[in-house]
Amino acid sequence: MADKPLIPTGPLEIEDGGISFSKRLNEFPWWFVAIILIAIWVFLIIFTKEFLFNISSEFTNVLNADQVTEQLQAEFAANDITLSSNAKITIKDADKKWEIEDGRTNYFIYAEDQSLEVFSWGEYGQAFDFIKIGLKVTIQTALTAYGFALILGLIAGLGRLSSNMFFNNLARLYVELIRGIPILVLIFFIALVGVPAVVDGLNAFGVWLSDKGVAPLAAVFTAFNNQNISMNARAIVALSVTYGAYLAEIFRAGIQSIEHGQMEAARSLGMSYPQAMLHIILPQAVRNVLPALGNDFVAMVKDSSLVSVLAVRDITQVSRLYAGSTFRFREAYVTLATMYLTMTVLLSLLVQALERRLRSND
Amino acid sequence: MTETKDNIIVVKDLYKFFGDVKALNGVNLEVGRGSVVVVIGPSGSGKSTMLRCINWLEKPTSGEIWIDGKLMTSAPKQLNETRAEIGMVFQLFNLFPHLTAMENVTLAQKVVRGRSKEEAKEIAMQQLERVGIPEKADAYPRKLSGGQQQRVAIARSLAMNPKIMLFDEPTSALDPEMIKEVLDVMLDLASEGMTMVCVSHEMGFTRSAADEIIFMDEGLIVEHTTPDGLFNNPQHDRTKLFLSQILQH
Ligand SMILES: Nc1ncnc2c1ncn2[C@@H]1O[C@H](COP(=O)(O)OP(=O)(O)O)[C@@H](O)[C@H]1O
Ligand SMILES: [Mg+2]
Repeated sequence: MADKPLIPTGPLEIEDGGISFSKRLNEFPWWFVAIILIAIWVFLIIFTKEFLFNISSEFTNVLNADQVTEQLQAEFAANDITLSSNAKITIKDADKKWEIEDGRTNYFIYAEDQSLEVFSWGEYGQAFDFIKIGLKVTIQTALTAYGFALILGLIAGLGRLSSNMFFNNLARLYVELIRGIPILVLIFFIALVGVPAVVDGLNAFGVWLSDKGVAPLAAVFTAFNNQNISMNARAIVALSVTYGAYLAEIFRAGIQSIEHGQMEAARSLGMSYPQAMLHIILPQAVRNVLPALGNDFVAMVKDSSLVSVLAVRDITQVSRLYAGSTFRFREAYVTLATMYLTMTVLLSLLVQALERRLRSND
Repeated sequence: MTETKDNIIVVKDLYKFFGDVKALNGVNLEVGRGSVVVVIGPSGSGKSTMLRCINWLEKPTSGEIWIDGKLMTSAPKQLNETRAEIGMVFQLFNLFPHLTAMENVTLAQKVVRGRSKEEAKEIAMQQLERVGIPEKADAYPRKLSGGQQQRVAIARSLAMNPKIMLFDEPTSALDPEMIKEVLDVMLDLASEGMTMVCVSHEMGFTRSAADEIIFMDEGLIVEHTTPDGLFNNPQHDRTKLFLSQILQH
């Protein structure tokens, strides 16, 4: 990486091959193994099905024919379960495995020697089944917000290094302002105060434009309406603006880590400042800060849970809803925590792999 | 204005201060087209600063710099155009580590000169051949020795077809066995008629290539002479002292 001297300083260092066993034992990532084991254990609980009751194997043909007969309904009713007549039967394996989808509830039927066994998701499985609808929002929010944050961060990072005092101070104001306020407060503020204020401003500008007689352009600005801006969109704006300030510092540090001689060499060849930035400084800087950027993405995935305060239906919000309506707090939050842990551990592994690859490329 | 057509570089009353440090104290210099000027002087005497002022890597505190009849200013467009005409070779090479030797030599050609990819490659190959390492075209700088890196850096500058080449101690970061390969390239350049200003204490190179020699001390040009004049008849005590110090080695 950048801290390697350009001039070879001496003979190649040969790595010590004989690391002692106890040292290797000490360095073994036990904590990581523990995390993986916990995750596996929780997922085993989540995906373990709960046995409900037996029904006669006479129903095999009924199930194969995808018919919810009255007899079948009666069989379920005998076990205190109402099966609606339009429940959908999927044949997983003819004569052996079926799945019945009745609204939000799933039943699994397996053929045994003498009878058919009916299972359903356990309580954790039901919680997961419910909470997973929030995954899409969580992933979408984190990814989109991170994309915008990268752009904002790059601009603000460049601004922090600009010799133009106006941009420099503006960037500084942005970064320091954001970093001095808790994220939770920022999310409330940006979504409920900042976004409406900007929209009002745009509307006012549109009205001013139409007064000046620039109607087509004015329509663009008056088209914004606070009611139409969903909480999801506001949450994304809030996270982007917040993380933009954090990423700005990463980009600034990355650019500053590149030796001054690189900029001088580029400029001495006649490149302009933007050209030198684009072709020489940024490619090296971004490479140096990729691991840091990756770590901040992991942090953002976690912080995306805060948007649940805006009633955005991410996995956190959906878990709260589930816990609130079923009172199964333990199932809801164990499942939720495990889902975040799984995402962050997987992403961290990716970041580490990336880091290792970058280092081996040097 | 008195500069004649033949002086491709004219430096007038050049002052450069870094806070309290007076790096340049009123330097006047004229460099004729095609001449090779070697700059010597003790460390901290302002040699690098003078060179860096010539292509405006340092903005002069006061004074004028004329390149090929045009006054240098901070106007970005003119600055970039003029810099493209002035090649600069640094003590630490400053190759772009994320680009191969070939890419190092082609990038500015494409970005600044607007040459096509093919044309830039062709010119780059010619220049890499000229400095003697065409076979390293696809190597990244970290795979090259110091001498090879410096030669790529020279090729990178030459590919822009500069009118002037500035060298700031191009061999002082090199292992002794690599100095010659770089000096040979510079000697070739000098014999081909390139205008060169070289900060260098390689006296062999100075003897065979220099048309003029400048001795600097404390931000001033103390002596402006020829190689003959310097080695056989130095005028100033400070020059004599400095020469005796470097020739001892
Ligand atoms: N960027 C800088 N900031 C502050 N002082 C500098 C800077 N560059 C050079 N100087 C000072 O200016 C003087 C001349 O430096 P320099 O031109 O590098 O000398 P030389 O190349 O002859 O060794 C020295 O005292 C040096 O410390
Ligand atoms: Mg110097």
